[in-house]
Amino acid sequence: MSAPTAELLEAAPDHGHHQTVENNFLGLPNIKLAMWAFLGSECMFFGSLIGTYFFYHDHSLGGPLPQDVFSLNITSISTFLLLTSSLTMALAVDSMKQNRFPPAVKYILTTAALGAAFVGFQIYEFSEFVLEKHLTPQTSLFGSTFFIMTGFHGAHVTVGVIWLLMMAALISKKKLVPGREATNVEVMGLYWHFVDIVWIVIFTFVYLLEFIK
Amino acid sequence: MASIADFAGVPKPVYHQDRPSLYGVKDWLTTVDHKKIGILYGAAGLFYMLVGGLEALLMRLQLAKPDQHLFVGDTFNGLVTMHATTMVFLAVMPMIAGFSNYFVPLMIGARDVAFPRLNAFSWWTFFFGSLVLNSSLLFVQEFPSAGWFAYAPLTTKDFHPDMAMDFWWAGLTMLAISSMVAGVNFVVTILNMRAPGMTLMRVPVLTWMMLVIQVLLAFSFPPITVGIIFLALDRTFGTVFYKTAMGGDPQLWQHLFWLFGHPEVYVLILPSMGMVSEILPVFARRPLFGQHAVIFSGVFIGFVGFGVWGHHMFTTGMGPIADAAFASTTALIAIPTGVKIFNWLGTLWNAKLTFPTAMLFAVSFIPMFTIGGLSGLMHASPPLDLQQHNSYFVVAHFHYVLVGGALQGLFAGFYFYLPKITGRMLDETLGKIHFWLFLIGFNLTFFPMHMLGNNGMPRRIYTYPADAGWNTENLIATIGVFFMTAGTLVFAYNVIVNWRKGKLAGNDPWDANTLEWLTTSPPPLHNFDFTPTTLSERPLWDHKYTPGLEIPVPTTAEEIHMPSPSWKPMWVSSFILLIIIGLLLYNLVPFAWTLSVVGALGIIGSVYAWVTEPV
Repeated sequence: MSAPTAELLEAAPDHGHHQTVENNFLGLPNIKLAMWAFLGSECMFFGSLIGTYFFYHDHSLGGPLPQDVFSLNITSISTFLLLTSSLTMALAVDSMKQNRFPPAVKYILTTAALGAAFVGFQIYEFSEFVLEKHLTPQTSLFGSTFFIMTGFHGAHVTVGVIWLLMMAALISKKKLVPGREATNVEVMGLYWHFVDIVWIVIFTFVYLLEFIK
Repeated sequence: MASIADFAGVPKPVYHQDRPSLYGVKDWLTTVDHKKIGILYGAAGLFYMLVGGLEALLMRLQLAKPDQHLFVGDTFNGLVTMHATTMVFLAVMPMIAGFSNYFVPLMIGARDVAFPRLNAFSWWTFFFGSLVLNSSLLFVQEFPSAGWFAYAPLTTKDFHPDMAMDFWWAGLTMLAISSMVAGVNFVVTILNMRAPGMTLMRVPVLTWMMLVIQVLLAFSFPPITVGIIFLALDRTFGTVFYKTAMGGDPQLWQHLFWLFGHPEVYVLILPSMGMVSEILPVFARRPLFGQHAVIFSGVFIGFVGFGVWGHHMFTTGMGPIADAAFASTTALIAIPTGVKIFNWLGTLWNAKLTFPTAMLFAVSFIPMFTIGGLSGLMHASPPLDLQQHNSYFVVAHFHYVLVGGALQGLFAGFYFYLPKITGRMLDETLGKIHFWLFLIGFNLTFFPMHMLGNNGMPRRIYTYPADAGWNTENLIATIGVFFMTAGTLVFAYNVIVNWRKGKLAGNDPWDANTLEWLTTSPPPLHNFDFTPTTLSERPLWDHKYTPGLEIPVPTTAEEIHMPSPSWKPMWVSSFILLIIIGLLLYNLVPFAWTLSVVGALGIIGSVYAWVTEPV
């Protein structure tokens, strides 16, 4: 290789000669990059849902209104549970990076349990709204936008719980590609934290703001 | 001097594949090879282009003379809707996806895309979605008829109680999932799978434009997906998102739709700009003038493309501040577009040009697209737009952009790149007949529409009175369609006949610039026998003609692991289809929702099978 060739090559990381489809130019695993791109897409998804909620805020032609149905006590508890699950998720990622798989599985299962509890609270909240406070997705613009926005968030948490349980099973049965277990869990963590952040936005702007008067 | 023959002596790579590829139909159902998936996308796109073209032909027959009664009322509306929906989502986008699939990995020196099975999943979801979209004709004997941008509340049950509209949201949902997933996949592929030495500024312009549009797809599809979900819920479960009687605002859908819809316009045109940027330099025998400026202006168009959607809504009364903001951003887009046009002209200036069909289409792209661009710039001005809105002037504008621009670019691409795919050249005489028929027909059809619009003919009307003064232009427009149809049929004949029987192409029939011409035509499953190191913006040209920049040829065989065929992507897509069918039948068949539940459980099961399957 001539001298200018070597210089021109400097910009590229060295791949050796064992190149496969697992190539990576940026030094970042493909799945991690993909998750970041996907989360960007998800920002637009939840942005549209939350944007619609505010586009229609105060446009409902009849009750019940947000102040009539929201119960900050209950939602605060479920919010606390979901935020705590981000801590256990981070601990799981940390254990994986140290190759300590058994504690990682425990943290993953705890995260799943906290997520499932959040979903349980949401089901309780929804049924209370429908049965006692007479707010359904068909009642008003508030009903439609609220149920669908929070419903899609709840669906994302549910998908996350299924993913966590699947991951716990895969780690226990040693079915993950050796050497890539930590990355898999980290990528799942990115998703989990994102879903958590979306809830922080919803809790703050949809729930809390109603009570600042 | 170094030549392309240097690569023939490279030792054959050592090959690992967990499961060998299958044969025949099973091969096509299980393939994860980006080249085969690219061919599937391309074939689907060409097929639907004929379908959408037929729909256009029927419309033009109805409009050829005043007061005709061939296709009236909702039938005509259905043709309008499905012509546009088909051309945008099922013809041009899959053709782009086809080129993107086939050539992006080849252009960056990769063995496949970042996630081969996810790529197959995108294809199957697209394919099933396209079937759902068109199956309304089969099941309820009519097409969705609310226009391709499906303005709610017009599309709600109050105004469109028929089921055809349900097929529209069901099909579009699947297409949206497919595009979003493909967008993520290709962003990762282009950023992370480049061969050694291929820095971002050495990535070919076409691949750059593909990167921009994949970002646009990943980020612009969520808003329309949300809008479609609202529509589906309104129609299926009686939510009130678009119900004006409950306070619903007709602008909601328009914002969600055009926040997708305008970036989508750039999704359709940028790849063709990339094709032209690849093809002009090859036949001008010189580098692209201002390559970096062309790349950056493409990125700029993609970026600002997210801030211009309001220019579709000037007539809805958004208010002077929003109108002014959207007018400015829209006018701003003319700058990077102009940069590109002048760079192409700079490339051609004083060069010794040769004109095979690919070059003819690429060169004619420039003035035709410029006409559409200039009439587009007029719409940036709200007072002018108020006059032109909903008239045939708008129809003329976007057909110059999408047919004179996007489609001509894709035709250029077919003539240029098909020899790599088939290993055979297309016939040049037939190609030139195709080009002239198409160019003449296209201008005959769409140029008179400028005049029709200025004379007040509204778009989407199914007939007009004889004394309106629109007779001559309409007749000329219809005659033009026959030229375009003839040209397209010549093209189809050319492709079919020369797919196996054309003149052999060899590796590098055009004496071209970029890595895809380094390997055999068609390329082997693993694309390259060795990983090509990239030393410049035009690696293959410099290998041939610039001493000191030869691509290093290894003397030892490489070890390659290739992904195995898989049924799982099609399974997951099928279960998504099952969920959609369950929702479609929700109000017709009791317990139809159980289909959706089975679909959801099926997805969980097949995803588990997917992740535990050795690749």
